[in-house]
Amino acid sequence: MARQIGDVILDLRNISLSFGGVKALTDISFDVREHEIRAIIGPNGAGKSSMLNVINGVYHPQQGEIIFQGAHRKDMNTHEAAAAGFARTFQNIALFKGMSVLDNLMTGRNLKMRCNFLQHALWWGAAKREELAHRRKVEEVIDFLEIEHIRKTPVGRLPYGLQKRVELGRALAAEPSMLLLDEPMAGMNVEEKQDMCRFILDVNDQFGTTIVLIEHDMGVVMDISDRVVVLDYGKKIGDGVPDEVKNNPEVIAAYLGTQH
Amino acid sequence: MIYRETGQFKTSYAADQQIFPIRQDRVGIGILLAVAFLVVPAVAGNYWFNAILIPFLIFSLAALGLNILTGYAGQLSLGSAAFMAVGAYAAYNFQVRVEGMPVLLSFVLAGLTAAGVGILFGLPSLRIKGFYLAVATLAAQFFIVWCLTKFPYLSNNSSSGVISVPGVEILGFKFDTPASRYLLVLSIVVALALLAKNMVRSSTGRAWMAVRDMDVAAEVIGIRLMRTKLLAFAVSSFYCGVAGALYAFCYLGSVEPDGFSLDLSFKILFMIIVGGVGSIMGSFLGAAFILLLPIFLDISLPALAGLLGLPFDGATVSHIQLMVFGALIMFFLIVEPHGLARLWQIGKEKLRLWPFPH
Repeated sequence: MARQIGDVILDLRNISLSFGGVKALTDISFDVREHEIRAIIGPNGAGKSSMLNVINGVYHPQQGEIIFQGAHRKDMNTHEAAAAGFARTFQNIALFKGMSVLDNLMTGRNLKMRCNFLQHALWWGAAKREELAHRRKVEEVIDFLEIEHIRKTPVGRLPYGLQKRVELGRALAAEPSMLLLDEPMAGMNVEEKQDMCRFILDVNDQFGTTIVLIEHDMGVVMDISDRVVVLDYGKKIGDGVPDEVKNNPEVIAAYLGTQH
Repeated sequence: MIYRETGQFKTSYAADQQIFPIRQDRVGIGILLAVAFLVVPAVAGNYWFNAILIPFLIFSLAALGLNILTGYAGQLSLGSAAFMAVGAYAAYNFQVRVEGMPVLLSFVLAGLTAAGVGILFGLPSLRIKGFYLAVATLAAQFFIVWCLTKFPYLSNNSSSGVISVPGVEILGFKFDTPASRYLLVLSIVVALALLAKNMVRSSTGRAWMAVRDMDVAAEVIGIRLMRTKLLAFAVSSFYCGVAGALYAFCYLGSVEPDGFSLDLSFKILFMIIVGGVGSIMGSFLGAAFILLLPIFLDISLPALAGLLGLPFDGATVSHIQLMVFGALIMFFLIVEPHGLARLWQIGKEKLRLWPFPH
């Protein structure tokens, strides 16, 4: 692969998150290097999605530090996270159902648009130029994901696999420096999974986007990720390259159970 | 000649992003506007202007305002009539209290006043959603009507809050005939509808729809929920406010606070539900349906009774009219819950394929 894995760009130190008496995450530390594909795995309820929510500002951890590109970002909100270059997809598809594929992708670029609503109302000059310039960018993403034929279709009418792809497209439209994918392959058939893997690898390769993904399909995780962190009951039980994690006795115990 | 875009190739994004990408739509809208501006004033009588066309246009504008808030931004509101009242009374006060205030400017200021009040009553939307928000906007409905009755200053010390507006005069031209008032209202409504269409097809509208469809995802993309929702309240109230000003100045001539009751708010809400939630055109279709159907039934029912030789008195006719009206609303909602605009859209899709089934 042509890409070069760089320095640490996201460093999570001693993150603890609890909801009332429920401890979702306990003292978790790991880092993500530039251009790498970092997987988070673990049994159901291990705290994986909470981890993503902490990274892009949906949840605020009670303890710990988040350092992204050298800046401390413990209490950033979602708007700041998006502005800093985080984009994500959701475990249960969170597309804008009433809008077309094109509009969904255009919404992904919302933060990059500068015109105000009065300029939009007049649809003249800067507002029109901006709209067309962003359309051009969005068409590149549409081209990349091979969804040209459905660009005007309302997303509610699309089959599940395509909706997942459109959601990836919406995240890519923002040209993120870090992409957070929450179970991008859940519920897909083999063919759709292969497509999705190809897209993820291509994004990583062509745009150099750093990717943090949660996935349950171990074959996929071990094949495409550079490093894997394993969570169980909100605690980190393993961290390293796929082979290392695969042979970690604690990980095996969490996934397969052990005889006591 | 049928509705079909075959052969109309777009070679630039600009061509694909224009307001009506299909040629037949452009021609259709052109003809509609030509008829509305040129033919209607020449052929319609005063009854048509005063009782049908002017109220239809004004309620279309109010429905459009509510549609921006409820249909596009997904915030349910029962305060549309109150925001119309704010517009009507604000325009009146600007006219009466400021010497030489141009009428159009007072309409704009009325809209802005309503927008300000709208933002105030939109604040609860930051914490509550759906039906609960609808109940919160009821506060606006009752509070504003109460204010207008309670404080004589707002109605220039007239008894029981009734205001009689001065005549409309722009640049020395008096809009004293129904036809001239119709053209004034039509121009304002067409201009505001165009601005609304432009807003909803740009990133402003996409932010509204994103908040409506999936607010968590919208937030993660970086859309600020507070700003987006309050902007929707402001723009929506601006439209309702201008509609209210036109309602007072170009339709009734004198209004009282109780005229802007909850009933009127519900009427506007029904317009967008029947017409189509989240559709500019649906606002017009809904206003036409809710306003014109009773008039149509009024005329056709006695005629029908006469034809069948049934002895109908006036009271029976009005009872039957209400029942038929209610039944028709239910019928339409069952056949097409997404409103008349969706029926129109389905019709267009069918036409594109006609005579083939798919």
